[in-house]
Amino acid sequence: MVFSLIETVFREGFIYALMAMGVLITYKILDFPDLSVDGTFPLGACVAAALITLGMNPWLVCIAAFLAGAFMGSITGFLHVKLGITDLLSGILVMTASWSINLIITGGTAIFQFFKLPTIFNSGLANALPSALYAHRQVLIVFLLAVIVKLALDAFLKTKSGLLLRAGGDNSRFVTSLAHHPGHVKILGLAIGNGCTALAGCVLAQLNENADVNAGKGMVVMALAAVIIGTGALRRVSFLKLTTMAICGAILYKACLQIALLLGLPPTYLKLLMAVLLTISIVSQKIGKKGGALNA
Amino acid sequence: MPENFNRHLVELSHINKTFNAGSVNEALLFENFNFSIERGQFISIVGSNGSGKTTLLNLICGSLMPESGSILFDGRDITKMPEYRRSAFIGRVFQDPATGACPSLTILENMALADNKGKKYNLTPGVSKKRIDYYKQQLEMLHLGLEDKISMPVGLLSGGQRQALALLISTLTPIDLLILDEHTAALDPKSSENVMELTDKFVREKNLTAVMVTHNLRYAVEYGDRLVMMHKGTAVKDVAYHEKDACTVEDLLKTFNQISVECGN
Repeated sequence: MVFSLIETVFREGFIYALMAMGVLITYKILDFPDLSVDGTFPLGACVAAALITLGMNPWLVCIAAFLAGAFMGSITGFLHVKLGITDLLSGILVMTASWSINLIITGGTAIFQFFKLPTIFNSGLANALPSALYAHRQVLIVFLLAVIVKLALDAFLKTKSGLLLRAGGDNSRFVTSLAHHPGHVKILGLAIGNGCTALAGCVLAQLNENADVNAGKGMVVMALAAVIIGTGALRRVSFLKLTTMAICGAILYKACLQIALLLGLPPTYLKLLMAVLLTISIVSQKIGKKGGALNA
Repeated sequence: MPENFNRHLVELSHINKTFNAGSVNEALLFENFNFSIERGQFISIVGSNGSGKTTLLNLICGSLMPESGSILFDGRDITKMPEYRRSAFIGRVFQDPATGACPSLTILENMALADNKGKKYNLTPGVSKKRIDYYKQQLEMLHLGLEDKISMPVGLLSGGQRQALALLISTLTPIDLLILDEHTAALDPKSSENVMELTDKFVREKNLTAVMVTHNLRYAVEYGDRLVMMHKGTAVKDVAYHEKDACTVEDLLKTFNQISVECGN
Protein backbone atom coordinates (compact mmCIF):
# COMPACT_ATOMS: atom_id res chain seq x y z
CA MET A 1 0.00 0.00 0.00
CA VAL A 2 2.75 2.42 1.00
CA PHE A 3 4.84 1.34 -1.96
CA SER A 4 2.03 1.83 -4.46
CA LEU A 5 1.38 5.24 -2.95
CA ILE A 6 5.02 6.23 -3.41
CA GLU A 7 4.84 4.98 -6.97
CA THR A 8 1.77 7.16 -7.58
CA VAL A 9 3.61 10.20 -6.22
CA PHE A 10 6.57 9.58 -8.49
CA ARG A 11 4.44 8.72 -11.51
CA GLU A 12 2.41 11.91 -11.26
CA GLY A 13 5.41 13.87 -10.04
CA PHE A 14 7.46 13.07 -13.13
CA ILE A 15 4.55 13.97 -15.43
CA TYR A 16 4.04 17.33 -13.77
CA ALA A 17 7.82 17.77 -13.66
CA LEU A 18 7.72 18.06 -17.46
CA MET A 19 5.43 21.05 -17.05
CA ALA A 20 7.39 22.42 -14.08
CA MET A 21 10.56 22.48 -16.21
CA GLY A 22 8.67 24.44 -18.86
CA VAL A 23 7.39 26.92 -16.30
CA LEU A 24 10.92 27.12 -14.91
CA ILE A 25 11.95 28.61 -18.25
CA THR A 26 9.14 31.19 -18.38
CA TYR A 27 8.77 32.09 -14.71
CA LYS A 28 12.21 31.58 -13.22
CA ILE A 29 14.50 32.30 -16.16
CA LEU A 30 12.44 34.80 -18.18
CA ASP A 31 10.53 36.24 -15.21
CA PHE A 32 7.29 35.97 -17.21
CA PRO A 33 4.11 34.94 -15.29
CA ASP A 34 2.66 32.77 -18.04
CA LEU A 35 -1.01 31.84 -17.54
CA SER A 36 -1.39 30.24 -20.96
CA VAL A 37 -0.18 27.02 -19.29
CA ASP A 38 -3.75 26.39 -18.14
CA GLY A 39 -4.72 26.15 -21.80
CA THR A 40 -1.68 24.43 -23.27
CA PHE A 41 -1.75 21.54 -20.77
CA PRO A 42 -5.15 20.23 -21.99
CA LEU A 43 -4.12 21.19 -25.54
CA GLY A 44 -1.37 18.58 -25.31
CA ALA A 45 -3.91 16.06 -24.03
CA CYS A 46 -6.40 16.79 -26.82
CA VAL A 47 -3.72 16.66 -29.52
CA ALA A 48 -2.63 13.28 -28.11
CA ALA A 49 -6.18 11.91 -28.14
CA ALA A 50 -6.89 13.08 -31.68
CA LEU A 51 -3.60 11.82 -33.17
CA ILE A 52 -3.59 8.48 -31.34
CA THR A 53 -7.12 7.87 -32.59
CA LEU A 54 -5.79 8.55 -36.09
CA GLY A 55 -3.19 5.84 -35.50
CA MET A 56 -0.02 7.89 -35.11
CA ASN A 57 2.98 6.45 -33.28
CA PRO A 58 2.54 7.50 -29.60
CA TRP A 59 6.13 8.81 -29.33
CA LEU A 60 5.64 10.97 -32.42
CA VAL A 61 2.41 12.14 -30.79
CA CYS A 62 4.53 13.45 -27.90
CA ILE A 63 6.60 15.52 -30.33
CA ALA A 64 3.46 16.78 -32.07
CA ALA A 65 1.97 17.82 -28.70
CA PHE A 66 5.18 19.67 -27.83
CA LEU A 67 5.03 21.55 -31.13
CA ALA A 68 1.34 22.42 -30.66
CA GLY A 69 2.11 23.82 -27.20
CA ALA A 70 5.12 25.69 -28.52
CA PHE A 71 2.94 27.27 -31.18
CA MET A 72 0.40 28.49 -28.60
CA GLY A 73 3.22 29.73 -26.37
CA SER A 74 4.67 31.76 -29.20
CA ILE A 75 1.23 33.33 -29.68
CA THR A 76 1.31 34.44 -26.02
CA GLY A 77 4.71 35.92 -26.78
CA PHE A 78 3.49 37.57 -29.96
CA LEU A 79 0.56 39.21 -28.14
CA HIS A 80 2.90 40.53 -25.47
CA VAL A 81 5.92 41.52 -27.54
CA LYS A 82 4.46 42.62 -30.85
CA LEU A 83 1.03 43.88 -29.80
CA GLY A 84 2.10 45.33 -26.45
CA ILE A 85 -0.47 43.47 -24.32
CA THR A 86 0.59 42.94 -20.69
CA ASP A 87 2.18 39.59 -19.82
CA LEU A 88 -0.71 38.41 -17.61
CA LEU A 89 -3.41 39.37 -20.10
CA SER A 90 -1.55 37.77 -23.03
CA GLY A 91 -1.58 34.50 -21.10
CA ILE A 92 -5.26 34.84 -20.21
CA LEU A 93 -6.15 35.48 -23.86
CA VAL A 94 -4.35 32.36 -25.03
CA MET A 95 -5.77 30.34 -22.14
CA THR A 96 -9.32 31.39 -23.09
CA ALA A 97 -8.77 30.80 -26.80
CA SER A 98 -7.30 27.36 -26.08
CA TRP A 99 -10.58 26.32 -24.51
CA SER A 100 -12.32 26.50 -27.90
CA ILE A 101 -9.36 25.09 -29.77
CA ASN A 102 -9.26 22.08 -27.45
CA LEU A 103 -12.98 21.46 -27.93
CA ILE A 104 -12.56 21.74 -31.70
CA ILE A 105 -9.79 19.11 -31.56
CA THR A 106 -11.88 16.72 -29.46
CA GLY A 107 -14.89 17.30 -31.70
CA GLY A 108 -16.91 19.00 -28.95
CA THR A 109 -16.65 16.37 -26.22
CA ALA A 110 -15.23 17.36 -22.85
CA ILE A 111 -13.64 13.94 -22.34
CA PHE A 112 -12.21 12.25 -25.41
CA GLN A 113 -11.54 8.56 -24.72
CA PHE A 114 -9.21 6.33 -26.68
CA PHE A 115 -9.17 3.01 -24.81
CA LYS A 116 -7.10 0.07 -26.06
CA LEU A 117 -5.14 2.08 -28.61
CA PRO A 118 -1.34 2.03 -28.60
CA THR A 119 0.16 4.57 -26.17
CA ILE A 120 3.71 5.02 -24.88
CA PHE A 121 2.64 2.95 -21.85
CA ASN A 122 1.38 -0.16 -23.67
CA SER A 123 3.36 -0.45 -26.89
CA GLY A 124 6.91 -0.46 -28.22
CA LEU A 125 9.32 0.37 -25.44
CA ALA A 126 6.87 -0.64 -22.69
CA ASN A 127 6.50 -4.12 -24.16
CA ALA A 128 10.26 -4.49 -24.50
CA LEU A 129 10.69 -4.16 -20.72
CA PRO A 130 11.65 -7.33 -18.81
CA SER A 131 8.59 -8.89 -17.24
CA ALA A 132 9.76 -8.07 -13.71
CA LEU A 133 9.67 -4.37 -14.52
CA TYR A 134 6.52 -4.42 -16.61
CA ALA A 135 4.31 -3.71 -13.62
CA HIS A 136 6.26 -0.50 -13.02
CA ARG A 137 6.36 0.53 -16.67
CA GLN A 138 4.35 3.72 -16.11
CA VAL A 139 6.68 5.24 -13.55
CA LEU A 140 9.74 4.07 -15.53
CA ILE A 141 8.53 5.65 -18.77
CA VAL A 142 7.61 8.98 -17.21
CA PHE A 143 10.97 8.97 -15.41
CA LEU A 144 12.71 8.40 -18.75
CA LEU A 145 10.76 11.26 -20.33
CA ALA A 146 11.56 13.61 -17.46
CA VAL A 147 15.27 12.76 -17.76
CA ILE A 148 15.25 13.27 -21.53
CA VAL A 149 13.57 16.67 -21.21
CA LYS A 150 15.86 17.66 -18.35
CA LEU A 151 19.01 16.76 -20.30
CA ALA A 152 17.71 18.49 -23.42
CA LEU A 153 16.92 21.68 -21.51
CA ASP A 154 20.26 21.61 -19.68
CA ALA A 155 22.05 21.25 -23.00
CA PHE A 156 19.93 23.99 -24.57
CA LEU A 157 20.66 26.44 -21.75
CA LYS A 158 24.38 26.07 -22.53
CA THR A 159 24.04 26.89 -26.21
CA LYS A 160 24.34 30.41 -27.59
CA SER A 161 20.57 30.60 -27.88
CA GLY A 162 20.15 29.30 -24.33
CA LEU A 163 22.65 31.76 -22.89
CA LEU A 164 20.83 34.58 -24.63
CA LEU A 165 17.54 33.33 -23.13
CA ARG A 166 19.05 33.42 -19.64
CA ALA A 167 20.40 36.89 -20.36
CA GLY A 168 16.92 37.99 -21.50
CA GLY A 169 15.37 37.22 -18.13
CA ASP A 170 18.28 38.68 -16.24
CA ASN A 171 18.89 41.93 -18.08
CA SER A 172 16.94 42.57 -21.26
CA ARG A 173 19.02 45.70 -21.86
CA PHE A 174 22.03 43.45 -22.29
CA VAL A 175 20.21 41.51 -25.02
CA THR A 176 19.50 44.82 -26.79
CA SER A 177 23.16 45.74 -26.54
CA LEU A 178 24.02 42.42 -28.22
CA ALA A 179 22.09 43.66 -31.27
CA HIS A 180 19.25 41.23 -30.62
CA HIS A 181 15.53 41.97 -30.12
CA PRO A 182 14.81 41.18 -26.44
CA GLY A 183 11.20 40.33 -27.32
CA HIS A 184 12.22 37.52 -29.65
CA VAL A 185 14.03 35.85 -26.77
CA LYS A 186 10.79 35.98 -24.75
CA ILE A 187 8.80 34.41 -27.58
CA LEU A 188 11.32 31.57 -27.81
CA GLY A 189 11.16 30.98 -24.04
CA LEU A 190 7.36 30.95 -24.03
CA ALA A 191 7.36 28.49 -26.92
CA ILE A 192 9.66 26.10 -25.05
CA GLY A 193 7.74 26.52 -21.77
CA ASN A 194 4.37 25.78 -23.31
CA GLY A 195 5.81 22.99 -25.44
CA CYS A 196 6.92 21.22 -22.25
CA THR A 197 3.51 21.89 -20.68
CA ALA A 198 1.65 20.40 -23.64
CA LEU A 199 3.99 17.41 -23.52
CA ALA A 200 2.99 16.89 -19.87
CA GLY A 201 -0.69 17.05 -20.87
CA CYS A 202 -0.04 14.57 -23.68
CA VAL A 203 1.68 12.08 -21.37
CA LEU A 204 -1.09 12.35 -18.77
CA ALA A 205 -3.71 11.73 -21.46
CA GLN A 206 -1.83 8.65 -22.71
CA LEU A 207 -1.64 7.35 -19.15
CA ASN A 208 -5.37 7.83 -18.55
CA GLU A 209 -6.26 6.86 -22.13
CA ASN A 210 -8.46 9.90 -22.33
CA ALA A 211 -8.12 13.65 -22.82
CA ASP A 212 -10.01 15.92 -20.45
CA VAL A 213 -10.48 19.49 -21.69
CA ASN A 214 -10.89 20.53 -18.05
CA ALA A 215 -7.52 19.09 -17.06
CA GLY A 216 -5.85 22.51 -17.25
CA LYS A 217 -7.58 24.15 -14.30
CA GLY A 218 -5.00 25.20 -11.74
CA MET A 219 -2.00 24.04 -13.76
CA VAL A 220 -0.27 27.42 -13.43
CA VAL A 221 -0.65 27.25 -9.68
CA MET A 222 0.64 23.69 -9.59
CA ALA A 223 3.63 24.35 -11.84
CA LEU A 224 4.59 27.56 -10.06
CA ALA A 225 4.38 25.84 -6.69
CA ALA A 226 6.59 23.01 -7.97
CA VAL A 227 9.18 25.47 -9.30
CA ILE A 228 9.15 27.65 -6.19
CA ILE A 229 9.26 24.72 -3.77
CA GLY A 230 12.00 23.00 -5.77
CA THR A 231 14.24 26.01 -6.26
CA GLY A 232 13.52 27.31 -2.75
CA ALA A 233 14.11 24.10 -0.83
CA LEU A 234 17.20 23.11 -2.79
CA ARG A 235 18.81 26.50 -3.45
CA ARG A 236 21.66 25.81 -1.03
CA VAL A 237 22.60 22.64 -2.92
CA SER A 238 24.84 24.41 -5.38
CA PHE A 239 25.67 21.48 -7.68
CA LEU A 240 22.00 20.86 -8.57
CA LYS A 241 20.77 22.25 -11.86
CA LEU A 242 17.58 24.32 -11.92
CA THR A 243 15.87 21.60 -13.97
CA THR A 244 16.63 19.01 -11.28
CA MET A 245 15.20 21.36 -8.68
CA ALA A 246 12.00 21.70 -10.72
CA ILE A 247 11.66 17.89 -10.95
CA CYS A 248 12.20 17.52 -7.19
CA GLY A 249 9.73 20.35 -6.59
CA ALA A 250 7.06 18.63 -8.65
CA ILE A 251 7.54 15.38 -6.73
CA LEU A 252 7.53 17.11 -3.33
CA TYR A 253 4.40 18.96 -4.31
CA LYS A 254 2.61 15.79 -5.44
CA ALA A 255 3.69 14.14 -2.20
CA CYS A 256 2.09 16.96 -0.19
CA LEU A 257 -1.19 16.56 -2.07
CA GLN A 258 -1.16 12.76 -1.69
CA ILE A 259 -0.48 13.00 2.02
CA ALA A 260 -3.33 15.48 2.43
CA LEU A 261 -5.71 13.14 0.61
CA LEU A 262 -4.45 10.22 2.68
CA LEU A 263 -5.16 12.15 5.86
CA GLY A 264 -8.76 12.38 4.74
CA LEU A 265 -8.96 15.70 2.90
CA PRO A 266 -12.04 15.53 0.64
CA PRO A 267 -11.00 15.90 -3.06
CA THR A 268 -13.31 18.93 -3.27
CA TYR A 269 -10.72 20.85 -1.25
CA LEU A 270 -7.86 19.95 -3.58
CA LYS A 271 -7.69 23.20 -5.57
CA LEU A 272 -8.00 25.19 -2.35
CA LEU A 273 -5.09 23.26 -0.93
CA MET A 274 -3.11 23.87 -4.15
CA ALA A 275 -3.64 27.62 -3.81
CA VAL A 276 -2.69 27.54 -0.13
CA LEU A 277 0.46 25.54 -0.89
CA LEU A 278 1.57 28.05 -3.52
CA THR A 279 0.88 30.95 -1.15
CA ILE A 280 2.90 29.28 1.60
CA SER A 281 5.80 28.55 -0.73
CA ILE A 282 5.94 32.13 -2.04
CA VAL A 283 5.72 33.64 1.44
CA SER A 284 8.27 31.28 2.94
CA GLN A 285 10.65 32.06 0.09
CA LYS A 286 10.28 35.78 0.82
CA ILE A 287 10.94 35.25 4.51
CA GLY A 288 13.96 33.14 3.61
CA LYS A 289 15.34 35.94 1.47
CA LYS A 290 14.84 38.57 4.18
CA GLY A 291 16.60 36.35 6.69
CA GLY A 292 19.47 35.93 4.24
CA ALA A 293 19.80 39.67 3.82
CA LEU A 294 19.85 40.22 7.59
CA ASN A 295 22.51 37.57 8.06
CA ALA A 296 24.68 39.02 5.33
CA MET B 1 40.61 58.81 -49.53
CA PRO B 2 37.45 57.09 -50.87
CA GLU B 3 35.04 59.31 -52.72
CA ASN B 4 32.20 58.86 -50.26
CA PHE B 5 34.42 59.38 -47.22
CA ASN B 6 32.55 61.29 -44.60
CA ARG B 7 34.47 63.27 -41.99
CA HIS B 8 31.49 62.97 -39.68
CA LEU B 9 30.57 59.61 -38.20
CA VAL B 10 27.30 60.87 -36.73
CA GLU B 11 25.22 63.80 -37.91
CA LEU B 12 22.05 64.91 -36.13
CA SER B 13 20.19 67.54 -38.13
CA HIS B 14 17.16 69.67 -37.29
CA ILE B 15 16.22 67.46 -34.36
CA ASN B 16 13.02 68.32 -32.47
CA LYS B 17 12.25 66.46 -29.27
CA THR B 18 9.44 67.24 -26.82
CA PHE B 19 8.66 65.33 -23.66
CA ASN B 20 5.09 64.62 -22.52
CA ALA B 21 3.71 66.12 -25.72
CA GLY B 22 0.11 67.23 -25.42
CA SER B 23 0.02 67.25 -21.62
CA VAL B 24 0.36 70.09 -19.11
CA ASN B 25 3.90 68.88 -18.45
CA GLU B 26 4.91 69.34 -22.06
CA ALA B 27 8.57 70.26 -22.20
CA LEU B 28 10.38 71.20 -25.37
CA LEU B 29 13.99 70.08 -25.11
CA PHE B 30 15.52 70.13 -28.56
CA GLU B 31 14.36 72.63 -31.16
CA ASN B 32 16.09 72.47 -34.52
CA PHE B 33 19.11 70.94 -32.82
CA ASN B 34 22.20 70.10 -34.87
CA PHE B 35 25.15 68.10 -33.68
CA SER B 36 27.87 66.13 -35.41
CA ILE B 37 30.56 63.78 -34.21
CA GLU B 38 33.82 63.60 -36.09
CA ARG B 39 35.34 60.22 -36.84
CA GLY B 40 37.89 59.26 -34.19
CA GLN B 41 36.88 62.05 -31.84
CA PHE B 42 36.52 61.51 -28.08
CA ILE B 43 33.87 63.95 -26.87
CA SER B 44 33.09 64.83 -23.25
CA ILE B 45 29.68 66.33 -22.58
CA VAL B 46 28.89 68.22 -19.37
CA GLY B 47 25.81 70.12 -18.30
CA SER B 48 23.29 70.45 -15.49
CA ASN B 49 20.40 68.03 -14.98
CA GLY B 50 17.78 68.37 -17.68
CA SER B 51 20.16 70.03 -20.12
CA GLY B 52 19.70 67.27 -22.70
CA LYS B 53 22.94 65.30 -22.35
CA THR B 54 21.39 61.89 -21.79
CA THR B 55 18.57 62.61 -24.25
CA LEU B 56 21.24 63.29 -26.87
CA LEU B 57 22.80 59.88 -26.16
CA ASN B 58 19.38 58.23 -26.22
CA LEU B 59 18.65 59.76 -29.62
CA ILE B 60 21.97 58.53 -31.02
CA CYS B 61 21.44 55.02 -29.61
CA GLY B 62 17.77 54.82 -30.57
CA SER B 63 16.34 54.49 -27.05
CA LEU B 64 14.37 57.63 -27.89
CA MET B 65 13.04 58.73 -31.27
CA PRO B 66 12.93 62.39 -32.35
CA GLU B 67 9.66 63.98 -33.48
CA SER B 68 11.41 65.28 -36.55
CA GLY B 69 14.89 65.67 -37.96
CA SER B 70 17.35 63.11 -39.17
CA ILE B 71 20.24 61.09 -37.78
CA LEU B 72 22.93 59.95 -40.16
CA PHE B 73 25.48 57.33 -39.17
CA ASP B 74 28.41 57.00 -41.53
CA GLY B 75 26.26 58.69 -44.15
CA ARG B 76 23.41 56.19 -43.66
CA ASP B 77 20.02 57.35 -42.39
CA ILE B 78 19.34 55.56 -39.10
CA THR B 79 16.57 57.86 -37.82
CA LYS B 80 13.99 55.05 -37.78
CA MET B 81 16.33 52.15 -36.99
CA PRO B 82 15.41 50.40 -33.71
CA GLU B 83 17.85 50.48 -30.80
CA TYR B 84 18.77 46.80 -30.92
CA ARG B 85 19.88 47.06 -34.54
CA ARG B 86 21.99 50.14 -33.86
CA SER B 87 23.73 48.12 -31.11
CA ALA B 88 25.51 46.24 -33.87
CA PHE B 89 27.81 49.24 -34.36
CA ILE B 90 27.27 51.28 -31.18
CA GLY B 91 28.53 50.10 -27.79
CA ARG B 92 27.15 51.66 -24.62
CA VAL B 93 28.09 51.68 -20.95
CA PHE B 94 25.46 52.93 -18.52
CA GLN B 95 25.68 54.65 -15.15
CA ASP B 96 24.24 51.62 -13.33
CA PRO B 97 26.91 48.88 -13.20
CA ALA B 98 24.10 46.28 -13.13
CA THR B 99 23.10 47.03 -16.73
CA GLY B 100 26.38 46.19 -18.48
CA ALA B 101 26.30 42.44 -18.00
CA CYS B 102 24.07 39.63 -16.72
CA PRO B 103 24.42 39.16 -12.95
CA SER B 104 23.37 35.48 -12.87
CA LEU B 105 25.70 34.45 -15.71
CA THR B 106 29.41 33.92 -15.12
CA ILE B 107 32.09 36.28 -16.41
CA LEU B 108 32.95 33.68 -19.03
CA GLU B 109 29.34 33.33 -20.21
CA ASN B 110 28.96 37.10 -20.40
CA MET B 111 32.16 37.40 -22.43
CA ALA B 112 31.05 34.58 -24.75
CA LEU B 113 27.67 36.23 -25.33
CA ALA B 114 29.33 39.56 -26.11
CA ASP B 115 31.88 37.88 -28.35
CA ASN B 116 29.03 36.53 -30.49
CA LYS B 117 27.44 39.95 -31.06
CA GLY B 118 26.35 40.42 -34.65
CA LYS B 119 26.31 36.67 -35.28
CA LYS B 120 23.51 34.13 -34.87
CA TYR B 121 22.57 32.94 -31.37
CA ASN B 122 21.94 29.35 -32.44
CA LEU B 123 22.24 25.89 -30.90
CA THR B 124 26.03 25.69 -31.03
CA PRO B 125 27.84 25.66 -27.66
CA GLY B 126 27.54 29.02 -25.88
CA VAL B 127 31.11 29.09 -24.61
CA SER B 128 33.80 27.99 -27.04
CA LYS B 129 36.74 26.44 -25.16
CA LYS B 130 39.13 27.71 -27.80
CA ARG B 131 38.26 31.31 -26.94
CA ILE B 132 38.80 31.06 -23.18
CA ASP B 133 42.47 32.03 -23.39
CA TYR B 134 41.54 35.04 -25.48
CA TYR B 135 38.92 36.12 -22.90
CA LYS B 136 41.48 35.76 -20.10
CA GLN B 137 43.93 37.87 -22.08
CA GLN B 138 41.29 40.56 -22.51
CA LEU B 139 40.39 40.45 -18.80
CA GLU B 140 44.05 40.87 -17.86
CA MET B 141 43.95 44.32 -19.44
CA LEU B 142 41.61 45.42 -16.63
CA HIS B 143 44.27 44.66 -13.96
CA LEU B 144 41.54 43.53 -11.56
CA GLY B 145 42.43 39.83 -11.44
CA LEU B 146 39.13 38.90 -13.09
CA GLU B 147 40.97 36.46 -15.38
CA ASP B 148 41.21 34.12 -12.37
CA LYS B 149 37.48 34.38 -11.59
CA ILE B 150 35.95 33.58 -14.96
CA SER B 151 33.52 31.05 -13.49
CA MET B 152 32.17 33.52 -10.96
CA PRO B 153 28.68 35.01 -11.52
CA VAL B 154 28.97 38.71 -12.40
CA GLY B 155 26.44 39.50 -9.65
CA LEU B 156 29.15 38.80 -7.06
CA LEU B 157 31.54 41.43 -8.42
CA SER B 158 31.85 44.96 -7.00
CA GLY B 159 30.45 47.97 -8.87
CA GLY B 160 33.91 49.01 -10.04
CA GLN B 161 34.75 45.53 -11.29
CA ARG B 162 31.40 45.25 -13.06
CA GLN B 163 31.80 48.61 -14.75
CA ALA B 164 35.30 47.75 -15.97
CA LEU B 165 33.89 44.46 -17.28
CA ALA B 166 30.99 46.31 -18.93
CA LEU B 167 33.51 48.53 -20.69
CA LEU B 168 35.44 45.51 -21.92
CA ILE B 169 32.25 43.71 -23.00
CA SER B 170 30.92 46.70 -24.94
CA THR B 171 34.17 47.00 -26.89
CA LEU B 172 34.90 43.29 -27.33
CA THR B 173 33.60 43.14 -30.90
CA PRO B 174 34.53 45.92 -33.34
CA ILE B 175 32.21 48.91 -32.94
CA ASP B 176 32.22 52.32 -34.57
CA LEU B 177 30.98 54.39 -31.65
CA LEU B 178 31.27 54.02 -27.89
CA ILE B 179 28.67 55.77 -25.72
CA LEU B 180 29.54 56.37 -22.06
CA ASP B 181 26.51 57.47 -20.09
CA GLU B 182 27.88 58.86 -16.77
CA HIS B 183 29.62 55.52 -16.48
CA THR B 184 31.79 56.50 -13.50
CA ALA B 185 29.08 58.33 -11.50
CA ALA B 186 28.05 55.37 -9.34
CA LEU B 187 31.59 54.32 -8.39
CA ASP B 188 33.87 55.18 -5.47
CA PRO B 189 36.73 57.62 -6.31
CA LYS B 190 39.38 54.92 -6.77
CA SER B 191 37.25 52.66 -8.99
CA SER B 192 36.05 55.70 -10.86
CA GLU B 193 39.63 56.74 -11.58
CA ASN B 194 40.51 53.22 -12.72
CA VAL B 195 37.49 52.92 -15.04
CA MET B 196 38.24 56.35 -16.51
CA GLU B 197 41.86 55.41 -17.24
CA LEU B 198 40.71 52.15 -18.83
CA THR B 199 38.19 54.04 -20.91
CA ASP B 200 40.88 56.35 -22.26
CA LYS B 201 43.16 53.39 -22.97
CA PHE B 202 40.46 51.43 -24.83
CA VAL B 203 39.38 54.44 -26.87
CA ARG B 204 42.99 55.12 -27.94
CA GLU B 205 44.07 51.51 -28.50
CA LYS B 206 40.93 50.41 -30.33
CA ASN B 207 40.79 53.68 -32.21
CA LEU B 208 37.18 54.37 -31.22
CA THR B 209 34.95 57.36 -31.65
CA ALA B 210 33.49 58.02 -28.21
CA VAL B 211 30.90 60.25 -26.54
CA MET B 212 31.06 60.52 -22.77
CA VAL B 213 28.54 62.28 -20.57
CA THR B 214 29.98 63.13 -17.17
CA HIS B 215 29.33 65.28 -14.12
CA ASN B 216 33.00 65.19 -13.28
CA LEU B 217 34.41 68.41 -14.73
CA ARG B 218 37.98 67.27 -14.19
CA TYR B 219 37.43 64.17 -16.34
CA ALA B 220 35.80 66.34 -18.99
CA VAL B 221 38.84 68.61 -19.06
CA GLU B 222 41.51 65.91 -18.75
CA TYR B 223 40.15 63.35 -21.19
CA GLY B 224 38.95 63.60 -24.74
CA ASP B 225 39.54 65.84 -27.76
CA ARG B 226 36.40 67.89 -27.60
CA LEU B 227 34.33 69.36 -24.79
CA VAL B 228 30.66 70.27 -25.08
CA MET B 229 28.58 72.00 -22.43
CA MET B 230 24.86 71.53 -22.83
CA HIS B 231 22.19 73.83 -21.47
CA LYS B 232 18.45 73.68 -22.18
CA GLY B 233 18.90 71.66 -25.33
CA THR B 234 21.71 73.69 -26.88
CA ALA B 235 25.47 73.39 -26.85
CA VAL B 236 26.50 76.59 -25.05
CA LYS B 237 30.17 75.72 -25.22
CA ASP B 238 31.86 73.53 -27.82
CA VAL B 239 35.65 73.47 -27.99
CA ALA B 240 38.02 70.97 -29.56
CA TYR B 241 41.71 70.04 -29.67
CA HIS B 242 44.14 72.86 -28.71
CA GLU B 243 41.24 75.16 -27.88
CA LYS B 244 40.02 72.47 -25.48
CA ASP B 245 43.51 71.95 -24.06
CA ALA B 246 43.44 75.55 -22.87
CA CYS B 247 40.17 74.93 -21.04
CA THR B 248 40.31 74.49 -17.24
CA VAL B 249 37.87 73.30 -14.61
CA GLU B 250 37.66 76.92 -13.39
CA ASP B 251 36.58 78.09 -16.87
CA LEU B 252 33.86 75.47 -16.91
CA LEU B 253 32.63 76.43 -13.45
CA LYS B 254 32.54 80.05 -14.50
CA THR B 255 30.41 79.25 -17.54
CA PHE B 256 28.14 77.13 -15.36
CA ASN B 257 27.65 80.02 -12.94
CA GLN B 258 26.96 82.49 -15.74
CA ILE B 259 24.23 80.20 -17.08
CA SER B 260 22.74 79.89 -13.62
CA VAL B 261 22.71 83.68 -13.16
CA GLU B 262 21.02 84.12 -16.54
CA CYS B 263 18.37 81.67 -15.42
CA GLY B 264 17.88 83.63 -12.21
CA ASN B 265 19.04 80.80 -9.96
